[in-house]
Amino acid sequence: MTETRVSKTPLLEVADLVTRYPVRRGLMQATARAPRRWVHAVDGVSFSLDRGEMMALVGESGCGKTSTVQTILGMVRPAGGSVRLNGTDIAGLRDRQLRPVRRTVQMIYQDPYESLDPRFRVRQTVEEPMLVHGIGSSRKHREQLIVTALEQAGLRPAEVYLDRYPHELSGGQRQRVAIATALVLGPQLLLADEPVSMLDVSVRAGVLSLLDNLRTTADMGILMITHDLSTAAHFADKIAVMYLGRIVEQGTASEVVRDPQHPYTKALLSVVPKRDPRDRSVPQILTGETPDPVDVPSGCRFHPRCPVAVDRCRAEDPVLRVAPGKERTPGHPARPVHLAACHLA
Amino acid sequence: MSSLLEVRDLHVWFEPPHAAPVHAVQGVSFELEAGERFGLVGESGCGKTTTILALMGLLPPNASLAGEVRLDGTSILAGGEDSVRPHRWKDIAMVFQGAMNALNPVKKVGWQIAEPMAFHGVAEGKAALKRAGELLELVGIPARSAQRYPHEFSGGMRQRASIAMALACAPKILLADEPTTALDVMVQAQILELLTRLSGELGLAVILVTHDLPVVAQMCSRAAVMYAGEIAETGPMDALYHAPAHPYTRLLFAATPDLYGADAVASIPGSPPRLDRDITGCPFRPRCDVPIERCARDHPALLQVETAHLAACLRAGKRGGLRAEPGADEAVRLGQ
Repeated sequence: MTETRVSKTPLLEVADLVTRYPVRRGLMQATARAPRRWVHAVDGVSFSLDRGEMMALVGESGCGKTSTVQTILGMVRPAGGSVRLNGTDIAGLRDRQLRPVRRTVQMIYQDPYESLDPRFRVRQTVEEPMLVHGIGSSRKHREQLIVTALEQAGLRPAEVYLDRYPHELSGGQRQRVAIATALVLGPQLLLADEPVSMLDVSVRAGVLSLLDNLRTTADMGILMITHDLSTAAHFADKIAVMYLGRIVEQGTASEVVRDPQHPYTKALLSVVPKRDPRDRSVPQILTGETPDPVDVPSGCRFHPRCPVAVDRCRAEDPVLRVAPGKERTPGHPARPVHLAACHLA
Repeated sequence: MSSLLEVRDLHVWFEPPHAAPVHAVQGVSFELEAGERFGLVGESGCGKTTTILALMGLLPPNASLAGEVRLDGTSILAGGEDSVRPHRWKDIAMVFQGAMNALNPVKKVGWQIAEPMAFHGVAEGKAALKRAGELLELVGIPARSAQRYPHEFSGGMRQRASIAMALACAPKILLADEPTTALDVMVQAQILELLTRLSGELGLAVILVTHDLPVVAQMCSRAAVMYAGEIAETGPMDALYHAPAHPYTRLLFAATPDLYGADAVASIPGSPPRLDRDITGCPFRPRCDVPIERCARDHPALLQVETAHLAACLRAGKRGGLRAEPGADEAVRLGQ
């Protein structure tokens, strides 16, 4: 499902990505030669991301959003498909070959209380990746780079923070240190896994605005995992909704939020609590929970929970295609962007 | 007429070894009517969880406590553990944060729901187990699942089971501490729907403790916004959103993204004050966007802005409604 290639190569192009994990067999099953079973974590995911863009991967736990990001990072080997970074396939590269790639692709983790070494001062935390990648000619040069990165991450004046330990920082400040640690390598692609879900409400917007600004000031592409559709709607350019290892709907953030095509997206949007107590639209609550990715339902994998499923949905697996009437994006006539994997869309 | 639950001037101090005492809850007062759904909102460290743990008499040994909690007019904290125990779980029950950790992994779910019934003499043996099955049905889990262990349940089912456990002795009040924080949006919606339904069907009063304003906006009719151990503002949910009288409430809503809201979301600069030292003036002043000179000096009392709408801000009421001046005779001080 490759999109029509526009003149330039996208920063990140993921095509038909498949990632699966073996299910552990007990001794009895192994001796009985029971067939190996798989968790189909990512099952044919395709999308692309340009520099300066922020895309949100949205979905419930177990939908494969974290596995997608881990595969892009090279932490997990894909079972199929490709991950192209500036046109070069990096899927399945060995550790040594991945090293230069890792400099280009950086990751921000969910929990800044866990992701920073408690015995490292801020300066050591930010310096470490430079030592690993051999950046900075001297200590003094590296210190300059550390200061620049901290200030870029909104910790100003940086001197105040250099010699602090993580326990002397608030959650928001810790996450900014983690961001500075990523920035110091000058990455082109930033992967952020739920970057604000552990932070207090009052500081979330600041960290998200920082990421939002970095797209342009640092010319980065940002792929953000989030379960919070309100956050995705506010900060991302594009949203991809995942369900059971597949992208079921993808488009510009405003298109997906204001005119959802897939019944799963519609249901997800309807249950997001609204700030205004008067706005009590009836949520469309799906029963049950996401099925086990070991036994993926036949046909459309959403059909057992779908409120509008018909016979065809039980038999035929829908492909992610341009939603009818959504062939063109205003302002981007060459780019069909609103896709949905539903027979009824 | 007295309310179902009245909390009057509640204070909690924690005394850590080798450190100054932390004044975690600083004079909190509110009341709760039967069947009402009340939200306690605030950021981490604001004292919301400490407040409800105090109501349950579940504070750790290094905590000391002052103030009064009346349940149906009876003071329940005055006599220490002996006066709370008969009410705990029987009149006031709690759903703890983190559904996964609230259940014992080596006991069958049905047995765990039946245990408090035997302890409080509500039911025993087979009768208790039968009621456990009924309670599971009530929260949307098949009764036969009583025979299963917590690890066989999904996160959402475990949270339902812990709600069933809280309902074991038919309490009047359910305290729910971040009941949906670890759950997915769809499961969160299922649990909130369940709590709303139970509150209606059983006439159960619910105190929902959360940092998530939209959740409170959708589920509760009334709420209190807490900051630095105090109630900054309390009133009907509609007033808190449409006519907030405290800058913190307004800024907290503005920091929360809304699905269709086009307005920019902005974080609140700075961080809450430390509670191990005395605070002069308004605790929110360093982060406030509209402070006046007096804010550095005078501690704002929780005063009436409108009927049933109170705010602890020296500027509150200036934009219409009751003009509230601390110390003025007409000022209605909560609890006096």
